[in-house]
Amino acid sequence: MPDVVRLREGAVAIAGRPILRHIDLTVRAGEFVALMGANGSGKSTLVRALTGLHPLAGGSLELFGTPLEHFHDWRRIGFVPQRGGAASGVPASVWEVVASGRLTHRRLLRPLSRADRRAIAEALEVVGLAGRARDGVSTLSGGQQQRVLIARALAGEPELFFLDEPTAGVDLPNQQVLADTLAVLSDRGATIVLVAHELGPMAPLIDRAVVMRDGRIAYDGPPLASDQVATAHLDHHDHGHHHSEPERHDHAPHIASPIEGGTG
Amino acid sequence: MSGFLDLLGLPFMQRALIAALFTGLAAPAVGTYLVQRRLALMGDGIGHVAVTGVAIGLLTGASPTWTAVAVAALGAILIEVIRERGHANGDVALALLFYGGLAGGVLITGLAGQSGARLQQYLFGSITTISVGDVVVTMALAAIVVLVCVGTAPQLFAVAQDQEFARVAGLNIRVYNLLVAVLAAVSVTVAMRTVGLLLVSALMVVPVATAQQVSRSFRTTLAAAMLLGTLASVGGLLLSAYASFHARVAPGPTIVLLALAGFVVAWPLGAWLRSRRRLREPFPVVEPVVHDTIDDHPHEHGEDCGHVGVPHGDHVDYVHDGHRHAAHGRHYDEH
Repeated sequence: MPDVVRLREGAVAIAGRPILRHIDLTVRAGEFVALMGANGSGKSTLVRALTGLHPLAGGSLELFGTPLEHFHDWRRIGFVPQRGGAASGVPASVWEVVASGRLTHRRLLRPLSRADRRAIAEALEVVGLAGRARDGVSTLSGGQQQRVLIARALAGEPELFFLDEPTAGVDLPNQQVLADTLAVLSDRGATIVLVAHELGPMAPLIDRAVVMRDGRIAYDGPPLASDQVATAHLDHHDHGHHHSEPERHDHAPHIASPIEGGTG
Repeated sequence: MSGFLDLLGLPFMQRALIAALFTGLAAPAVGTYLVQRRLALMGDGIGHVAVTGVAIGLLTGASPTWTAVAVAALGAILIEVIRERGHANGDVALALLFYGGLAGGVLITGLAGQSGARLQQYLFGSITTISVGDVVVTMALAAIVVLVCVGTAPQLFAVAQDQEFARVAGLNIRVYNLLVAVLAAVSVTVAMRTVGLLLVSALMVVPVATAQQVSRSFRTTLAAAMLLGTLASVGGLLLSAYASFHARVAPGPTIVLLALAGFVVAWPLGAWLRSRRRLREPFPVVEPVVHDTIDDHPHEHGEDCGHVGVPHGDHVDYVHDGHRHAAHGRHYDEH
């Protein structure tokens, strides 16, 4: 299977502060990878680096075998950012937001083609919002807005999806709809990289879990139960943490980082 | 009345009408994107900076329109750069730019030996003194603004809606952000002669605010704002021309006040539509906790019983004195 994402010795610094260090991550075509970890562990930063939103301070990144600086085939990538981008100062309909997902296929100053319209309608169908196409995005619930953002990525018919915390603040029924949507995509052969704090109904879909801790990869392997994720990135000196889960170190390999003060 | 019609036939009035028409179309077109980015006051900022541009024109003897375009565009790009850098006190930096622009403009006008009245033409508009050359420039610039705003609407919409998504979709967001900034600067200078630099933002923002009271989509907001802007600017000009037989009525403020009157009319309508939509939002479908029935119901619920019907799964709940009544066989259930 070809490698879709290949990051070697990746490092990201924000305002001069090293955030991610020594990240080696390879995602093969068709894989469903969950990027997990506590708040501030760097999982969202990693996804933003993989999509080119954060420049790499070091290391090399290839998407579909092409170095990022030469990569222009953005239609192969679908990005679902953290919610919040769905509402803006001017009302926008669900259809309009989803239609902007077709921009990777459209040339400047060209009207929507029939293929564009079909892809938009199909994306709305998959997330179960075909009946709300004409409604304003801001009138939808948080979970439905998240589904709109997924439909937007879906409309571009990409091969690789990056989703940044799609289930954060979403109620259980909507999480189930999200999980069903992702199952459909995964079955179609899409590669999915998902950032999640908790997997919930998505747990059975995951092929592989990558757990981040303090800007480094603490675990990379078969899926973990959520309590194991907690221990996979738990500090030995557990000051400043407020996990309610009991500490257990027997299931997941626990890597005690020798790095202090981010100088690694 | 015949005096009014004679007035409309005069060349200066026809030039003014053409300028008002094009300004009314162009200003809200850019304004829609500014409001979408929550930068409603950016037009105001650019207007203040453009005052310095006008003053430089007065000082050097160059056409104030073109020096205003140049300085306003530079100011708009500077505002955009400050915004992009994302400084925590970005709005303070913008304020510095606004006041610098206004103070610089007044100072340079004085240096040029021009009176405040000359500058006032640009601050509050002087549409009836517009020359043929000015009309042609106004038409050309406004046409460019409208064509770009409508033509690249999918891209501009996506960038304003969600910058990060647009970037991962391969759009060069800096180019589009600067494009909007320059378009805003151009439409500020276009509207300068119509409503004046200090009121220009009103024509960019108020029609958009009015349109979104009743619209649910971006495209209808854009189209309705352009229509409302045209109605306000042409209507305001005609109104002030008609009133000029009785009193001294300046066209610029009349246009702005007419646009605001449109908002005052649309706002209650929008508020009513929004509350109606909230009331009729379907109830979530969950397993009923208990089966509560109502023995005696005074009337039959239906289309015209006066109670709001709200979809609830496969049936309709009627909201009756804080209760939810759903028909069940020959009685009503409490839902």
